Amino acid sequence: MRSARGLVGVLLLAGLTVATAATGAETVFLSSQLRPIEEAEKVRQVLLRDAPVEANFITDEPPMVVNRMLAEARAGDVSVGLIGALHGELQPLVEADVLQPVDDLMARLQDRDFVESFVELAKYGGDTQYFIPWMQATYIMAAHRQALEYLPEGADLNALTYDQLRQWGANIQQATGDRRLGFPAGPQGLMHRFFQGYLYPSFTGGVVTRFRSDDAVAMWEAFADIWEVTNPRSTSYAFMQEPLLAGEVWVAFDHTARLMDAFRQRPDDFVAFPAPAGPQGRGFMPVLAGLAIPAGSPDPDAAAQLIDYLTRPEVQVNLLREVAFYPVVDTELPTDLPQGIQIAGEAIAAQTAAPDALPSLLPVGLGEREGEFSKLFTDTFQLIVLRGADVRETLDRQVEVLRRLIEETGAPCWPPDQPSDGACPVD
Amino acid sequence: MTIQRWLILAAVLVLCLWVLLPIYLIVVSAFGPRDAVFAWPKSFWPVDFTTETVAFFFGAQGVLSGLLNSILVALMTMVMAIALGAPAGYALARFAFPGKNVYRLLVLMTRAFPIPVLAVPLTVRFIEFGLYDTLLGVALVHTALALPFAVLITSSLFLGIPRELEEAAWTLGCTRLQAFRRVVMPLAMPGLAATAIFAFIVSWNEVFAATILSLENRTLTAFLISVLGESPLYFKFAGGFFLIVPALVFIFAIRKYLFSLWGIASR
Amino acid sequence: MPKERLLAYLLLAPSVLFLLVFFAWPFAEAFIVALQVRGEWSLGNFATMARDINFAPALRNTMLLILVIVPLQVMLALSMAMLLTRIRRQRDLVLYIWTIPLGISDLAAGIVWLALLSEQGYINTVLDALGLIEGPTLWLSYERPVALFVAVVAAELWRATAIVLVILVAGVQLIPREYGEAAEVFGAGAWQRFRRITLPLLKPSLQSALILRTILALEVFAVVVAISGRDLTVLMGEAYFWQNDYRDAGVASAYAVLILGISIACTLFFLRALRVREETEMR
Repeated sequence: MRSARGLVGVLLLAGLTVATAATGAETVFLSSQLRPIEEAEKVRQVLLRDAPVEANFITDEPPMVVNRMLAEARAGDVSVGLIGALHGELQPLVEADVLQPVDDLMARLQDRDFVESFVELAKYGGDTQYFIPWMQATYIMAAHRQALEYLPEGADLNALTYDQLRQWGANIQQATGDRRLGFPAGPQGLMHRFFQGYLYPSFTGGVVTRFRSDDAVAMWEAFADIWEVTNPRSTSYAFMQEPLLAGEVWVAFDHTARLMDAFRQRPDDFVAFPAPAGPQGRGFMPVLAGLAIPAGSPDPDAAAQLIDYLTRPEVQVNLLREVAFYPVVDTELPTDLPQGIQIAGEAIAAQTAAPDALPSLLPVGLGEREGEFSKLFTDTFQLIVLRGADVRETLDRQVEVLRRLIEETGAPCWPPDQPSDGACPVD
Repeated sequence: MTIQRWLILAAVLVLCLWVLLPIYLIVVSAFGPRDAVFAWPKSFWPVDFTTETVAFFFGAQGVLSGLLNSILVALMTMVMAIALGAPAGYALARFAFPGKNVYRLLVLMTRAFPIPVLAVPLTVRFIEFGLYDTLLGVALVHTALALPFAVLITSSLFLGIPRELEEAAWTLGCTRLQAFRRVVMPLAMPGLAATAIFAFIVSWNEVFAATILSLENRTLTAFLISVLGESPLYFKFAGGFFLIVPALVFIFAIRKYLFSLWGIASR
Repeated sequence: MPKERLLAYLLLAPSVLFLLVFFAWPFAEAFIVALQVRGEWSLGNFATMARDINFAPALRNTMLLILVIVPLQVMLALSMAMLLTRIRRQRDLVLYIWTIPLGISDLAAGIVWLALLSEQGYINTVLDALGLIEGPTLWLSYERPVALFVAVVAAELWRATAIVLVILVAGVQLIPREYGEAAEVFGAGAWQRFRRITLPLLKPSLQSALILRTILALEVFAVVVAISGRDLTVLMGEAYFWQNDYRDAGVASAYAVLILGISIACTLFFLRALRVREETEMR
């Protein structure tokens, strides 16, 4: 017994030593992006290997990143040196005034040729630069080649409509007996972006202002029909590349980075194409991630050096090659890119350049309460599509939640809704 | 052998299979090739034994250190929970005093409160006190979670040891402490071991507080849950397998205590 | 006896101090959070909670899980403990095997049962071989709430019965053999000995086990998430999602306060229903 007690004591001491010895000279790079384990490994082993300063790349879910930064700022003890997060995720940090402005750094990086609209987004409507653009992506569709033979007659893959998508799914079900459309509607999936940036804009031409319009009623009814031919496992999917590779799903919607494995592993089996269009156009959502330095960062210079490094054209191309996020600087893309990246890149280009393209931004101005905004859409989806509630009644009830949220945050409209003075008018 | 004995044997075997079969199958999954997770029909025998999946799992940053962190946090929790809990359990079992029921209830209430709310208000203070992102910080919260169990189990344990034995030792000239060490402790040791396992398990299983209170020094569970939803099935299965391995080892290591517990009763 | 009393308080002091710092204080702060909306005292968080579309299903599922899992586990563990008293050889091996799940985290248990129950999983392979299903069948989906529920029950039964078993075995160990032998001399059958001697003497252990398991079942979370994602909602899961995804600590705390209320009610119930009298315990 005595030896056992001694052992425990030694281990306990060892634990305390490890616990207290965990501070180093390296810069902590906390990211809400590139969380999937394989991607994070690529960042650590490939991208950051040649960085001018030692960086410790760690990831966490977006709300946790924000909470952590707010908590560290409140306690006045900041351990994170550099933050990598989406435009919308950084906003609560801007509002809480916990980010260090980076105008100087931006001036030094003029030769990078950042996409101008991205630089503007990083000012959140003011004059101060709060982050440096890092990388971009969007959501597209992917399909297994086997599915192509069931494409409805006359349908053009690059100009699909939601009605044709439903018909496509129905054709597949009829031929194979299985429902093989797929959506990332699991807890960690990005389904809310589909409603906010794709379905609502395509059917109603707006998001907030048109939430309970008659167009929206028609939209939910149309989507419920699409859901009829959708794989029921969709409520557990987070990354559509998984069910695509497994053959559970043949046609899927998701973030490019969450489809990339399918294109990469079996480039001959999968095709990428733009999201479908509705009566009002082809709604789609570009996604921008930025690099920000927290105020009181342990080593702002190291963080600046890292930003400088990460926005170099060759590193941006490397980023594309390794984790399939697209550059935010104007640079010539090499022709030897992996096939998967090429496949997705063509679909992104086709989507952006479509004649009926209707770009929709991530929610802006909701600050900490963006999660509630997303929940509004997934709740409405749950009620109408999964639980079969009456569409009109549900929208009339849910619109009150939306109204309260918008009024309390005073968020002005963002595209595709028309600009507003003050809080975005609901309905 | 009578029919009854056969029935008992069958029941015991079935229950052993019930525990072991799922573990065996997750081992088969973890040591299969990556695309085997989608194979149909599933083979119950290991085919194409490969360490590719496991190697990838261990190669991923955060896994090895997570494993070590989990063990250290659990050990700290175990020690603190017993050191703080067993005396209280003894007091509850042996003495009548005002406030006893209040204490008992308070202790139960502690455990009845969900982890998130304990961890969230703690985050800011932990940063202030330098406990944030340390193993000790996580272990302290885990101790708060395990302590009520330790008190509860030890009190029922000491309750089961006849106080007459202790009183007999006093009349034979032992001091209170001596009587406790020579009479109560040997009887209680196996039960204390069970309590210790329990504290270990509480810590080992805990995800939320470990996630929220750490940034780099993640326990294995906290690390896994933060990447799990975004990991492929084969990574999940390998993760499940490595969460289970320590269970096999740990329970094996303390089986003697469980067994000596057995020995006391059949003496 | 003031000296005894002093000793009792001394023994309690360390744990009390610890719990004050690491429980009472964050506990109070959590209550304050639940009762405040943007800096003003209000019941708004509770209203938001009750209005939420997942509240009613989460409450119902949690209560159902407790009602199904806890009795099943106690019965199973009691049977196992009794079986252990009847085995002559390899008792330690059996005990070891049965207590393996003690060290298995709820997350791991969820993953294991996910592997068993997935579309191309092992259980489907067996069902298919028996001719009960044709080809891979999807069980774990929102369209089959009963299957999801059964899967969670199975995983919890598999994982957490060992905890009850250890407590009960520890209790059984402390029952002097002579009692049973004496009863046997007087002609009591096995069932009678169990009913009249074992069960009453196991009361303190049973009480501990019941309280423990009920509260743990209230907290069931990682297993549910691993198996069902959010298709099966439970109270603890909602608290987590409100805290983590919607970043509304107020509503998360409201859920927490609700869970606390339910646990206290259950605990009081078991304390009353299985009253243990310290002084007369081992008559």
